[in-house]
Formats: sequence, C-alpha cells, structure tokens
Amino acid sequence: MREAGLAPFIVGLPLLGAVVLLVFGRRIGRASGLIASGAIGLAFVLGVITFARLLGLPAEEREATQRVFDFITVGDFSTGVSLLVDQLSVVMVLVVTGVGTLIHIYSISYMAGDPRYSRFFGYLNLFAAFMLLLVLGDNLLLLYVGWEGVGLCSYLLIGFWFERPIAATAAKKAFLVNRVGDFAFMIGIFVLFVSLGTLDLLAINANAAAMGAGLSTAAGLLLFLGATGKSAQIPLYVWLPDAMEGPTPVSALIHAATMVTAGVYMVARLSPVFEASGGAALTVVGYVGALTALWAALMASAEYDIKRVLAYSTISQLGYMFLALGVGAYSAAIFHLVTHAFFKALMFLGAGAIMHVLGGEVDMRRMSGLRRAMPIVAYTFAAGVLAISGIIPFAGFFSKDAILASAWIEGNFLLWGIGTVTALLTAFYMARLYIRVFEGRLETPEGTHAHDAPALMAAALIPLGVLSVIGGVINLPGLVTLEHFLEPALGESEVPTGVLTFLLPGLALVAGAAGLFIGRRLYMGEGAEARRARLVAAGGPLVEAARNKFYVDRIYAATIVAPGRALASFCADVLDGRGIEGVVNGTATFIGRSSQSLRHLQTGYVRTYGVTFLFGVVLVFGFLLTRVVLA
Amino acid sequence: MTEVAPSYFLVLAALLFSIGVVGALTRRNAIVIFMFIELMLNAVNLVFVTFSRMWGNLDGQVLVFFVLVVAAAEAVVGLAIILLITRRRESANVDDAHLLRW
Repeated sequence: MREAGLAPFIVGLPLLGAVVLLVFGRRIGRASGLIASGAIGLAFVLGVITFARLLGLPAEEREATQRVFDFITVGDFSTGVSLLVDQLSVVMVLVVTGVGTLIHIYSISYMAGDPRYSRFFGYLNLFAAFMLLLVLGDNLLLLYVGWEGVGLCSYLLIGFWFERPIAATAAKKAFLVNRVGDFAFMIGIFVLFVSLGTLDLLAINANAAAMGAGLSTAAGLLLFLGATGKSAQIPLYVWLPDAMEGPTPVSALIHAATMVTAGVYMVARLSPVFEASGGAALTVVGYVGALTALWAALMASAEYDIKRVLAYSTISQLGYMFLALGVGAYSAAIFHLVTHAFFKALMFLGAGAIMHVLGGEVDMRRMSGLRRAMPIVAYTFAAGVLAISGIIPFAGFFSKDAILASAWIEGNFLLWGIGTVTALLTAFYMARLYIRVFEGRLETPEGTHAHDAPALMAAALIPLGVLSVIGGVINLPGLVTLEHFLEPALGESEVPTGVLTFLLPGLALVAGAAGLFIGRRLYMGEGAEARRARLVAAGGPLVEAARNKFYVDRIYAATIVAPGRALASFCADVLDGRGIEGVVNGTATFIGRSSQSLRHLQTGYVRTYGVTFLFGVVLVFGFLLTRVVLA
Repeated sequence: MTEVAPSYFLVLAALLFSIGVVGALTRRNAIVIFMFIELMLNAVNLVFVTFSRMWGNLDGQVLVFFVLVVAAAEAVVGLAIILLITRRRESANVDDAHLLRW
C-alpha cells in the first residue's frame, strides 16, 4: 500500500491553527483571521498537490492509506489514525479546503469588530480539521470522530452569539437532533463491526456482500438515519433552519457547503453496504431524499427570512443528493455536492453581505432594489440563482441534470417526477428571493445605508460566482470528467444515450426556466400583487401550512419534546423530589423528632451526671457480682 | 502485737468511699466536691494497700504511688479550672456552670 503523503498535514494544519488560536487567541488579536485563513489555505494547496499527484498515477493506483499512529489496540483488535487518500476523499478535501478558504477570508471582514474574533476563527479551523478527518479517515471509528467533531463545532458556532437566547436554543436544538441521528449511526457501526469484524472502510466495502441482505439492510438504514441527522433530511431536518441564528459565514461553510454533506459522503463511501441489502436500503434513501427535496422546497417558497430560504433550499438540494444515491448514481451525488457547495456558499455569503450593510436585517419584505446599491453582491447572487435553478450553462444545470437523468435511466419515473417538480419549485423560490431583494425600487430598513460588499467579502464572492458559472465543466462529457475520475472509488454510472441525451436535460431546463418565469410573473411588473393574491387564495390551506413550516416543529414539540419534558419533571419532582428526597429527609426528620425528647436528659448539672455515673457503676458491679455469686 | 484483720481496712475504705460519693453528689461548691473526690481516691488507695499486704504482693503499693502522682497532677489542673470559673462567675457553685445542656 502506498503512503498517503501529505494527508496528515492537510488535517494537521487547521488543527494546529485551531489550537494556537484557542489557546493564544486573545494575545494574537487581529492577526487571528490571517492565521486561520493561512492554515486552511495551505491545506488547500496541499490538497491540490495531492490531487495533481493522483492524476499523475494510473487510475487503479489512485488509492493510498497511511497509518499516522495507533489509536486503539485491544487484544487482536487494532485501529489506527489512518488516512485514506483516494478519488472520493481528495474531491471532498478540495471542496472543504477550497470553499473553506474563501469563507475564512470573507469572515475576516464579516466578523471584524466582534469581541470574540479570534475564538471564531479558532472554531472555524477546528471545524475544518474535523471535517477533513471525517473525509480522510480510513475507518469508521475515525469517521465517527470527525462526525462528532463537526457536530460539536456546529453547536459552538450556531451558538456563537450565545448572549441571544434564540441562538443558544438553536444550538441546543441542533445538537440534540443530531444526537438522535448519531446514535443510530453508532449502532449502524456496531452492526457492521459485529458482522464483519472490521471498521476499515475498504475492507467493509470489499466484504459487504457477505453480510446477507437482512444485516446489510439494518446497517444501511441505521447509517442512513445517522445521515438524516447530519444532512438534515426528513425526519431530522428541523435543526437546520434554526441553525441560521449562527454567524452567516458559519451557515455558508458548515450548513451549506461542508458539514451537511457529510451524510452524502458517508452513504457514497459505504455504497456497497447499501447495495448489499438488495435495494431495500437504497430505495429508502432515494425516496426520503426525494420527499425531503420537495417538502423543503415548498417551505422555502413560503419563507420570508433570506437565510431560512437558503437553509430550506440546502435541505432540498441535499435531498437531491440522496435521491441520486438512492438510484445508485453516486458520482452524480458527489458532483451535485461539489457544485452545490459553490453556489450555496456563494448565496449565503451574499446574504451575509446584505445583512452586513443592512444592520442584520434578514426579512426580504423590508428590502428591495439592492442591485443598484450593491452590484457585486447582486450579480454574483444572480449567478448562484441561475446555477441552482439549473439554467444552462451554469454549474447546477449539469449536476442536477445528471441526477434526474440517472433516476430516469434507472426506470424510477416517480423519483424523476418529484425531482423535476422540485426543480421547478427551486427556480421559483430563488426567483422570488432574488426579485424581492435585488429588483424594483431601492428600499432599505430605516437608518441603514446600502453600499457594496467590502473588498475582502468581494474577494470571496467573485471566485465563488465564477465557479457557479463554470463549475459544470468538471463533468462535461468528453473531457476528463469527475464521474470518470470517481469511477474506481464509486463504480461506473450510466449516462443517457440517444434521444434521451438531449430530451432529459431539455426537460430539466424547461422546469427551471418555468420556475424562474413563474417567479418573475408573481413578483415583478404590473399586476404581480393580484396574481399573487389569486395564487394564495387558490393554494389556500397548502400555502398556510407551508408558511407554518407544515407544523412539523409543533408536532415534534407535542409528541417528543412535551412527553420528554413531562417525564423529566416527573423524575425531578416526583421520583427525586418526593421519593429519594423523601427517604433522605424522612430519616433526618425522624432523628430530629426523637432527639427532641431525648435532649432533656442533658441538664447541664454536674450532679445529674454524677448520679447517672454512679447508677451505671452500681449496675455493672451488680451484674458482675451476680455472675460471681451464681458461678 | 495483734494483726488487725484486713476486713476492717476494707470496711473503712468502703465507708470513706461512700462518704466521698454522697458528698460529691450533694455539695454545690466546686472546691468541696473536689475534696470529696480526693477522699474517694484515697479510699481506693487504702484498698490497694490492704490487698497488697494480704497477698504479700508489692504491686498494689506501687500503684498507690502512681495514683498519688496522678492525683497531684489532677489537683493542679482541677484547681486551675475551678479558679478560672470562679474568676469569671464570681462563684464556685457548680450549678451556676450549666451551659452545656439542652
């Protein structure tokens, strides 16, 4: 096995940055942002070098692991901190470090003046280190360490402004909901270990078929439940919209581009386990993904908070990725993961720039016409909108088309249909967001003055905007494609042939264009208000439900949170308060009461004690005497 | 010279001890109580000496010396305490010092 070369440094650099910033951050002060950006930037350079080296090798040799040190050794079981560099992990490394570097640079400007400036960058670097460990780890244990680590950083960063109770609550919610998924993930790991005796990813994949359908279905479903937590799918997606309480760069990095894609990466990485179940697990993955995509798109269409629209959109796009995984199009899922990282991070950073100049305003009803005041933000954002809507030749067109085409080729027309409807909805809510915020007459909330993004923010927005436009080329048919590159790691994927080559992308394009057109009709020009009112009247209860997030939060509150609280207060008030404390306090009360009557024996007079003493002596002597006499 | 029977000494010691007990329990003056306690101690000493003679064993006599030394030491400490209590309360009445009670 070849050495993984630079991989330990790719993880190590951000980790070192995090340690330095978290320990000495206060003394470092303003330079923290530069240090953090430098650490992740250098990791990106190392990632590019690793990628170039892999390209220089023949396809079948593009896989290397390196044991950095032993982690746990018990009897004849041993697992190490070993890193796996192959086609899949190097793509993930490039996304994490590449997008991560841009977001770090953006944060230097966005977070300037925050009292916990260096701590923020320490957390960001720590997150990057854990995320890189997650994608580079060559065994499930290490993947799990990274998985929990990014969850921790997510918690710390959502609750970064913990003085605001709403942010602290959102952080707790994210952590707790993720725990549900993580627990299932952990049991899934146990199932795999018990049945295969190894945690090594490559060994698991090689032997997955030997598990039998039952066990691999169980393992697959448990792992997928873990993925629904981290990647915000039904039923565990509820934390992601609330997570928007964190600083916007965090939303862009963790809750759009990287951490939430960990579930997609994990399912793709362990695809043989899912396939060994004879389709059952994959079917669940596909349908949950498709349903989530549609469900979240509906909610995004009714939301007014810019960041929450983007959050629902992220959930929806992650649903697409799981849909792709479900139909066995692993490389299409990873392709969409990459392009989504570009355009979603871009749109979050754009939203952050708007909040930055409008004093934190996120309600799209209170702004309009910002294109005139902030052209850089507007045009890069437009590139993101077109990309996510799947308009040719923007990045999202190619990746979304690859997913829909795979569903069609698999013969799963229901998933294809849901995906296409969602594509239309996606384009619609994005058009709605863009038109409301950037078009029309310039309006900003009272007391704010709109101006374009500062230089450092633009420095992150422009590259991401360019990538959103041209990101599709990494998978253009006929070139050195991502799909072809990933093939040894993820298996071959089918591409449409004949008339479908043009028909399927054409249909996807029509859906996207139609969505944009509907959005334009409803939010721009003469009579838009009236048309909107008619739509709301026609939609009736559906619109109302979507505005209320389909009552899911309330249902969870009633069915899970409330019984949990009731059980907790029963334990606290009845079991502990009356039961355990009753025993303890009862003992004390009994002793106290008895003492009340006995205390009068203590008179304080010497003679009383003397008489008692004498009485005792006589008693003892009397007893001894009787014994002597009787003997 | 006729031997006095040991029982006389024992009876005398018992009498002395009983007087000591009754006195110590009935009197209120700390000095007086102290004297009665000394009386009880010396009654015991007498018993020791008597038995020592009866059995021709010197251990009892040796023990008496110890008792005397300890009694002397005890008298020093006891009198010092009584002196201090008297100074504080301007009375040597033990019933006045009854704070340690319910």
